[in-house]
Amino acid sequence: MQATKPISSVLVIGSGPIVIGQAAEFDYAGTQALRALREEGIRSILVNSNPATIMTDEDVADVVYIEPLTLDVLRRVIIRERPDGLLPTLGGQTGLNLAVELAEAGILDRYGVRLLGTPLDAIRRAEDRELFKQLLIDIGEPVVESAIVRSLTEAREFARTVPLPLIVRPAYTLGGTGGGIATTPEELDRIVAAGLAASPIHQVLLERSLLGWKEIEYEVMRDASDTCITICNMENLDPMGVHTGDSIVVAPSQTLTDRDYQMLRSAALRIIRALGIEGGCNVQFALDPKSSQYYVIEVNPRVSRSSALASKATGYPIARVAAKIAVGRRLDELMNSVTRQTKAAFEPALDYCVVKIPRWPFDKFRHADRTIGTQMKATGEVMAIDRSFEAALQKAVRSLETDQKDLGWEDPAWGDAAVLEDHIRRPNDLRLWAMTAALRRGWSPERVSELSGVDPWFTRKLARLVAIERRLAEEELTPNLIWTAKRAGFADARIAALAGVPVAEVTARRREAGIHPVYKMVDTCAAEFEAATPYFYSTYSRRPRRTSTARMRRRTRPSRCRARRRWWSAPGRSASGKGSSSTTAACTPRPR
Amino acid sequence: MPELFASRGALVLEDGRIFGGEPFGAEVDAEGEAVFTTSMVGYQEIATDPSFYGQIVCLTYPLIGNYGVNADDDQSRRPWAAGLVVREYCDEPSHWRATGTLAAYLRKHGIPALHSVDTRALTRHIRRHGAMRALIVSDRAGRSDEELVERARRAWSPGDQDVVTMVTTTERYAVEGTGPHVVVLDCGLKAEIVASLARRGARVTVVPASTPAADILALAPDGVLTSPGPGDPVHNAPAVETVRQLVAAELPFLGVCLGHQLLALAIGARTGKLKFGHRGGNHPVKDLRTGVVRITSQNHGYHVLADSVPVDAGWRVSQVSLNDGTVEGLEHASLPISSIQYHPEGAPGPLDSQDIFDQFLDRAARYRQQSGALTTRVGGVRE
Repeated sequence: MQATKPISSVLVIGSGPIVIGQAAEFDYAGTQALRALREEGIRSILVNSNPATIMTDEDVADVVYIEPLTLDVLRRVIIRERPDGLLPTLGGQTGLNLAVELAEAGILDRYGVRLLGTPLDAIRRAEDRELFKQLLIDIGEPVVESAIVRSLTEAREFARTVPLPLIVRPAYTLGGTGGGIATTPEELDRIVAAGLAASPIHQVLLERSLLGWKEIEYEVMRDASDTCITICNMENLDPMGVHTGDSIVVAPSQTLTDRDYQMLRSAALRIIRALGIEGGCNVQFALDPKSSQYYVIEVNPRVSRSSALASKATGYPIARVAAKIAVGRRLDELMNSVTRQTKAAFEPALDYCVVKIPRWPFDKFRHADRTIGTQMKATGEVMAIDRSFEAALQKAVRSLETDQKDLGWEDPAWGDAAVLEDHIRRPNDLRLWAMTAALRRGWSPERVSELSGVDPWFTRKLARLVAIERRLAEEELTPNLIWTAKRAGFADARIAALAGVPVAEVTARRREAGIHPVYKMVDTCAAEFEAATPYFYSTYSRRPRRTSTARMRRRTRPSRCRARRRWWSAPGRSASGKGSSSTTAACTPRPR
Repeated sequence: MPELFASRGALVLEDGRIFGGEPFGAEVDAEGEAVFTTSMVGYQEIATDPSFYGQIVCLTYPLIGNYGVNADDDQSRRPWAAGLVVREYCDEPSHWRATGTLAAYLRKHGIPALHSVDTRALTRHIRRHGAMRALIVSDRAGRSDEELVERARRAWSPGDQDVVTMVTTTERYAVEGTGPHVVVLDCGLKAEIVASLARRGARVTVVPASTPAADILALAPDGVLTSPGPGDPVHNAPAVETVRQLVAAELPFLGVCLGHQLLALAIGARTGKLKFGHRGGNHPVKDLRTGVVRITSQNHGYHVLADSVPVDAGWRVSQVSLNDGTVEGLEHASLPISSIQYHPEGAPGPLDSQDIFDQFLDRAARYRQQSGALTTRVGGVRE
């Protein structure tokens, strides 16, 4: 289904330099998309100023320009290459902003370049705060009290009608640069001034603070025939007030009932339909923890940082499918590349829990302010998958490779209860450890939740981990206790430290007790269909017993075979990176 | 290999497989058919959906119990599932609507449940070998595996007999409204279906599944909805006859899930059993006329056989499953009669198909206008 003339060549705007808020995830998305275009027989022309990316490798795009991402360069590339279409939704905010500039300068029209994926109007309506607000009002979605201000005077005026704290968000910036939460008139002046300076159009948004509300995101997709699907929803462990990029995130949501889940899902679909996006879109909501009230917080009319997470969390290749939709394919004709028997028009069903933890660079900037808020500070993130939240969380913590090697880490200053309380109340990179430390000191999960705004569901899970820590320290290390600890994600080394025995002995006892990791597949469908994908996670699982009446069939247990996977090779085969697939290929655990 | 972690409970399958687990519901044994659902939320709605009557439900999403239970999300007067099987059970729920834990709720209703089961291995087993007879054992102490497997082989399964009679309402009841009058034939109704109709202003009368067509027509409905329900539709001969007479009356009719299968049987089509069914909230269904795909909530083990649909009589397959091509909707070329295999009411599941209710009530409203005009002409036979 292709409108006007068929697309045979496409210009893709890369994501440029790696900066906070726009890191390697866009390289991942862009690479996946370029490969998808090649599969469709489309000539791809890539412009990216950053040569240290996979997408600029020789075999990814057909033509690569390593040039600055400016209007003039793109104009000259368009004149020279005369592409049929421009795909701006994969390069993050940079690509989207440039597409708007190209369209407004009349360059796209002059050279007959079609804007693919997201209509210009949708970009404007999603990015311009006032238009966005109007859109939400038009489709009956709730809008939080807010105002666009262009000066300090306007900001002070708004603060007279809506009580502080107010959230300050500059328009068209990366990762919320120049934003913050103003709790005093002085802070308001300071943050607004910085925000106005950071915004290319000198606008900042002031809005009523929803501090303490749950922050929930949905990744949705739509094709030209108006088929809409949700890829994944995600719940931020940190409540509203912390930038999503700086939040610990779980997928899928853990504390939502079906009603909550469907209410927000339906709203996300109404929004992508109203914007007319053909491709992927990310919708962020604030949900009152004490009622069904919600607000739409933000819409990214493009493949976003969260799309990369959702893609890896579900196995659904969002960028690949978005690229194909952009050139006219439909969700119901594209195959699900993981199951290879069902279609791309479906919603992934997860049978595991995913935890993402941001990675902050404070180990390199020792004197930086470790407080986190609406301006993103993380320079990376880790993601872990397991069958329980506890295990996924502990795996993720270990993967951070920071000084905080596991959840047992504590700052000596936390001996002072006031300092500890401050580290729980004020969002900062060590809050997870501070909350665990407080629980270790006997604070109730409810109190920790009260201080942090983190839902008690999460703090109770931390309390459960603390209880297992205690058992490991006090009880005899029986097979049953090892089993409990392994299922909750305790590493052998941590068990050893807590139980006061050498690591080798814990490992030996564990093996003797027959406790080994098993590998489960990230198959997008919770095992409903047979799948073929080299994407696995490890977990500790009890093996079913077979009776004498059942047929015996022995399987090799992949106990020594570690399915190491690099970020780049997941999900699916479509985005495997340099040398990473071979690690997997050399070691193919049996799917379980 | 010696068994290192003897679990207290177990799910025993008729083919001899035993999956160990720890009991958290009522401490009883229960027989039924082992099935799985891939819905990631909505365990309370699932437990109280009468279509799960007699089934031991494996929830593939591993974290269950997180938001507890509440009075509003019940889909019927009690939970009907024979048992629940989960990976991780959370006994400390967190939600502003929660009034209790899932475990306490199941115990109150005498329903056994197991946690710590390798639900993915179980799901893969059911996928490969099909839904099967099973036995959920809360405490297997003192009983040999052989003995348990033998019991599982002889286990009762909801496909064996008419089970609609077990779940249907015993008495007729009504929900007032100013819109068209809809009679709902309750074969295992979910509350959300009545709520969906009532929200649109319909006057709803719910009648037991055994109500004859004459009695339904005597209520002067503007439309009839035949509800979802449990079991194999071939055991519901009286209900099929009722539907046949309603179809002959040519009034607006909507069959949902089991109701869709009853319509199929009533018009002379046939039904069959799916290997492991469609259960979950992510099933894509394609509308063959518009080409639009909707994500639907599904819960069925039987389906209508496409090649048996009487095309000559004006019937056609209107929608199909994008996953396996099975029939998801039927409609008549000229009569206001249609049916869908999926659940437009969600609960749990997506609400993408709410327009099904709109279309049905539009037809019912038109029918009311027409029949109103007609009765005026013939002298007010209709009350």
